[in-house]
Amino acid sequence: MARDMSYEAVMSRNSEIMKKAVGIDYDRFESGGIAFDYEKMMRETGYTLEEIEKIQRETGVGNTPIYELRNLTKLARKFAPPGKGARIFIKDEACNPSGSFKARRAATSCYHAKKLGYEGVVTATSGNYGAAVASQAAMRGLKCIVVQECYDSKGIGQPEIIEKARKCEAYGAEVVQLTVGPELFYTFLVLLEETGYFNASLYTPFGIAGVETLGYEISMQFREREGRDPDVVVVTNAGGGNLTGTARGLIKAGAVDTKVVGASVNLRGLHMASDTHFNRKSFTTGHTGFGIPFATWPDRSDVPRSAARPLRYMDRYVMVNQGSVFYMTEVLAQLEGLERGPAGNTSLAAAFKLAQEMDEDQIIVVQETEYTGAGKHIQPQLTFAKENGIEIIIGDPAEEVPGENIILPKDPAYISVEEVDLNRVRRSYIRNCLENTRVERVTDEDLKFLVEDTKSSEEFVKEVLDEFGVEY
Amino acid sequence: MDAKRGDWVRIHNIVLKPEERSTNLPEDTQKVPLEMWTKGFLLDEEANIGDIVEIESYIGRRVKGKLVEVNPYYTHDFGRCVPELLYIGKQVRSLIEEEGE
Repeated sequence: MARDMSYEAVMSRNSEIMKKAVGIDYDRFESGGIAFDYEKMMRETGYTLEEIEKIQRETGVGNTPIYELRNLTKLARKFAPPGKGARIFIKDEACNPSGSFKARRAATSCYHAKKLGYEGVVTATSGNYGAAVASQAAMRGLKCIVVQECYDSKGIGQPEIIEKARKCEAYGAEVVQLTVGPELFYTFLVLLEETGYFNASLYTPFGIAGVETLGYEISMQFREREGRDPDVVVVTNAGGGNLTGTARGLIKAGAVDTKVVGASVNLRGLHMASDTHFNRKSFTTGHTGFGIPFATWPDRSDVPRSAARPLRYMDRYVMVNQGSVFYMTEVLAQLEGLERGPAGNTSLAAAFKLAQEMDEDQIIVVQETEYTGAGKHIQPQLTFAKENGIEIIIGDPAEEVPGENIILPKDPAYISVEEVDLNRVRRSYIRNCLENTRVERVTDEDLKFLVEDTKSSEEFVKEVLDEFGVEY
Repeated sequence: MDAKRGDWVRIHNIVLKPEERSTNLPEDTQKVPLEMWTKGFLLDEEANIGDIVEIESYIGRRVKGKLVEVNPYYTHDFGRCVPELLYIGKQVRSLIEEEGE
C-alpha cells in the first residue's frame, strides 16, 4: 500500500519519523507541562566534553588559533573615551576542515550516526552547516543529503547559498535545492522517511555539545596566553546553537564571570518566509530573522526539543546593520590580513563597538570566523543586492532600511549597536510556552524551568504570568 | 537528443502546488508552488530538455523530474567591482597611522 505523501499526512508522521531518524525518545525528558529536563537530556543523550574532544580530534576539528587584532584595537581606541577600548581577539574557526565552526556540530552528529549504524545523514540547512556535515560524512564514510532553501519563485538564488551548495557537492553530498517556504521541513521528512538516514539536526544534544569545545578552548587558550579568562565573548546569533554551546563550554571551563553577548544583523521588516523578500536581504544567516524567532521559541526547530536555548545563556543581545558588517569585513582584510565572512563577521562588528565601552586592559573575544569564497564575499553579495534594487549608500547606518538599502558607515565612529530588550524577548518566550502547551496552571516545576530557560528571576516570570492572567 | 544514459544532469520538480502548500504562509509565497532541483546521472536511454526523466543522485537515490540542464555547472563568482567599498581600506589605514607610530 502506497503511503500518503500529502503535506498533511507527512507532517502528521513527524514525531514517528523523527524518533527513527534521531534515535532519541524525547518523551523521557518531558514533564507533561511547560518544563522538560534540559540538563538530563544533555547528559543522557550527549557526550562528555572529553569524549567530544576525542571525537573532534579524529577528524581534525577544533583547536583553532586565536589572534589578537592589534590594529583593530588601535582603531577602536581612536573612537573610545580615554582609558577605554578593550583588546579585541578573534578565534579563527575558518581553520576547521569545512571552513567554519559548524564542523564542531557536524563532527559529533556524524560520529553518532555512524555509531548507531545509519548509512547516511540528512540535514536541512542553507548555511555552513551543510558543508560541515558533508565534510564530516565524507571522513566517516557516510552518505549525505543537504536540503537547502535557495531560490525565489523566479529561480534566482542567493550567491552565498549557491556557493554553500557547491561546497557540499565537492564533498560528495547530494544537494536538494528548494524555493522559499517553511515546507522545506516537509521535503526533509520525506527524505528521512525514504532513506532511513540519520537527522543530522543542528539542534540535537550532540550537535550543541559539539560546540561546547569552542567555549572551553577559548577559556583554556586565554588562561595560557593571558593568565585569565576573557571578559566578554561575542557570538553571532541565529538559531542559538553557537551561543548555547559556547556558553556551556565556558561554564564547563569554570569561566563563569565571562559575559556572553549575542549579536545579529538587523533585518527588521523582512519576512523570512516571503518569496519576494528572500532576495532583498544581503545576509542569509546571523540575522534577526532567525535570531529572534529561535530565541522566543527554540522548539520551532527540526527536533521536538531544541538543545539550543540561547536565552538561557545570553547576558546581552545586540543588533548591527548590514552595512557595518560589510565594512568590518573589509577592515578585517585590510588591517589584519584576514579575509573572512561576511556573515560570521556580525559579532566582529558588534565587538568593535562593545570594546569602546570597556576598559583598555579588558579582553573581548570574537568567537568565530568563516571561510570566504566565490558568492560568499562582500563583492558578489553587494553586486547581488544592487541587482535586486538595493541601494548601497555611504552614510549613517542608523538610517538603513533592510530590503531597501545598505548603509556603509561614513567612518568607524558611525558603527554602533542597537540593544535588543532581553526582557521583551523573555516575555515572548514565556507567552509562546503558554500558547504551545496550553497549560491552565503553571506548576512549581514549570516556574523553575521558565526562570532557568530565560536566565531571569522568579519575580520576573511571575510578573509576566500575572500579565497573561495565568495561575501558578 | 540533449542527453544520454549516464550523463550528469539537473532536474526540476514541483513539490507542492500552491493549493497543496501550508496555509500559514505570506501571501506572495502562498501564490507560488514549492519547487525543487537536484542533480544526478541520467537513467533514461536518451532524453531532451523538458522531458520527464529519472536520475540516480551522487549518493545513489533515484529521483524523477523534468530535465533542465546537462552537465550543470556553477556560475557564481566574485561579483562586479563595488566602487562604494574602495574608501574603507584607505580610511582605516590612515586613521591608525595618524597616531604617529
